[in-house]
Amino acid sequence: MTAMVADSRASDGRRAADGRIGWLEKTVGGIAGSVERAIFTERHARSKGWLQRRDPRAKLAGFLAAVVAASLATSIVGLALLYAATLAAARASRVPFGFFVKRVWLGIPFFAGIVVLPSIFFVPGDRVFDLALGSVHLAPSWNGLVGAGLFVSRVGVSVSLAVLLVLTTPWASLLKSLRALHTPQVFVLVLSMTYRYIFLFLHTANGILMARKSRVVGRTSGVEQRRWITGTMGNLMSRSFKMSNDVYAAMLARGFTGELRVYSDFRMRPADWAGLAGALAVSLAAVLVSGVRG
Amino acid sequence: MTGAAVTGAPVGEAVDPGEPIFRLRGVEYSYAGRQTALEGVDLEIWAGERVALLGANGSGKSTLLKLLDGILAPTAGSLRALGLDIAAVAAGLEAFTFHRQVGLVFQDPDIQLFSATVLDDVAFGPLQLGLAQDEVAERCEEALAAMEIGHLADRAPFELSGGEKKRAAIASVLSLRPEVVLLDEPTASLDPRTKWLLVDLIQRMGDAGRSLVIATHELDIVPLIADRVVVLNEHGRVVADGAPGSILSDVDLLLSVNLIHEHLHRHGATRHSHPHEAADDVHSHVANLT
Repeated sequence: MTAMVADSRASDGRRAADGRIGWLEKTVGGIAGSVERAIFTERHARSKGWLQRRDPRAKLAGFLAAVVAASLATSIVGLALLYAATLAAARASRVPFGFFVKRVWLGIPFFAGIVVLPSIFFVPGDRVFDLALGSVHLAPSWNGLVGAGLFVSRVGVSVSLAVLLVLTTPWASLLKSLRALHTPQVFVLVLSMTYRYIFLFLHTANGILMARKSRVVGRTSGVEQRRWITGTMGNLMSRSFKMSNDVYAAMLARGFTGELRVYSDFRMRPADWAGLAGALAVSLAAVLVSGVRG
Repeated sequence: MTGAAVTGAPVGEAVDPGEPIFRLRGVEYSYAGRQTALEGVDLEIWAGERVALLGANGSGKSTLLKLLDGILAPTAGSLRALGLDIAAVAAGLEAFTFHRQVGLVFQDPDIQLFSATVLDDVAFGPLQLGLAQDEVAERCEEALAAMEIGHLADRAPFELSGGEKKRAAIASVLSLRPEVVLLDEPTASLDPRTKWLLVDLIQRMGDAGRSLVIATHELDIVPLIADRVVVLNEHGRVVADGAPGSILSDVDLLLSVNLIHEHLHRHGATRHSHPHEAADDVHSHVANLT
């Protein structure tokens, strides 16, 4: 797997003779990147940190409470309190600090900002400035700017909480903790099998792309590339169909009769209850500090 | 080897001691009614036996194991396993009882390991049996220790090496504590150290009293893991059945079923031909040059 990632990275950075990066190379790079990110996340989730040691159900419940609090908070102070608690938890969990902060705040202001941008011009209130461009007036309001700032902060805090949860909880445990919310077992099992096999198919797709790349000399036309990708998609689909039959046979061979049971060795310890109580207290404080929206 | 003992339920509890655990009469199997994998197979396997199914690629070894495991039904002939009609087992009748006693380790561990973690996979079988969580935990611990992969319990299968996946796949079957274990190419595509580790583990499963049926085309491991050899030819027919010593010394038989091959060498003025194993083809010509 590591070798595959390394090879793919090399191909990702390699440019064609005419200076362009082909779509195949981009695809290979994308696949490798996905696998690499998943491995990175899983490694962190298993490292020794404060949140990693907590029961996933406690983490999930605390996370949900904090996200609800972030959506209810109407002042920057409440959101700052939640974010400070999130950063403290990330620090105690040995999550790479720069990576954690950058991963959230490099993208969120841009995407959330686009969504909220029109509102700063339409919300009534005192205008910050009024720029006349012919018949059009660009006049953002103070109320609009404050509302937009709150919205972006709320999204940023919520995404930070989600990233922290994913970085400190193995995906398999996270899925199983959904059982605490009475999610049907079949849903949990199907999700976990999807997670399991998506990597196998990424690996297979990567292998197919590499095999093609190793045998292609010179440039191929767009028509040829489209024909090839269509054939490959069909190939992958028939492979996945065969594999689904084989996996079902493997399930039958171990006594599967149609009724699913999922193994769980989770145990709530005093520290887990304490962590959950702390998360609930911070969430409540964040809401009370800012006042609940009417 | 310091691994934990491989334990299991007493052999033959569910079967009359005077009856074979598997009885095949004129068994045939064809995929989609066209591609014939097995033809006219007559075979009896007794409790406690360690049987190696030898054959080249495409000889029907994997199909035969799936028939013995009751996940396929013969297209012709009859197959009784542990006193049950395998066609009924494949149709879902008695499948629950049957799969408590017979476990199949698939050739491709990526098929066998379908859960998000190794522990979930090892626990899958016992959970389907409806066992309590404590019993499931005990069986998982035992199976993981037997395969020496306790440290991999929380790992995702996509993070494991080929050898680790193979051991995890075997552990997922051992947790069922089956009386009969069917292994499909257990040592294929493994590095030498892992291969011999698995050979040792298979020997321990046999020593624990389990009945073993092992499909392989690796001749060097056969005398170590089996006390009986059944040979399939490339048309899916049984062409020999006997002790490892007599089967493996029959060069003509092994040549005819494509388990070894013969080719011509030229060393200076000397020309000679001799057989080679199809796999692990390592030999020296030094003696022939003198």
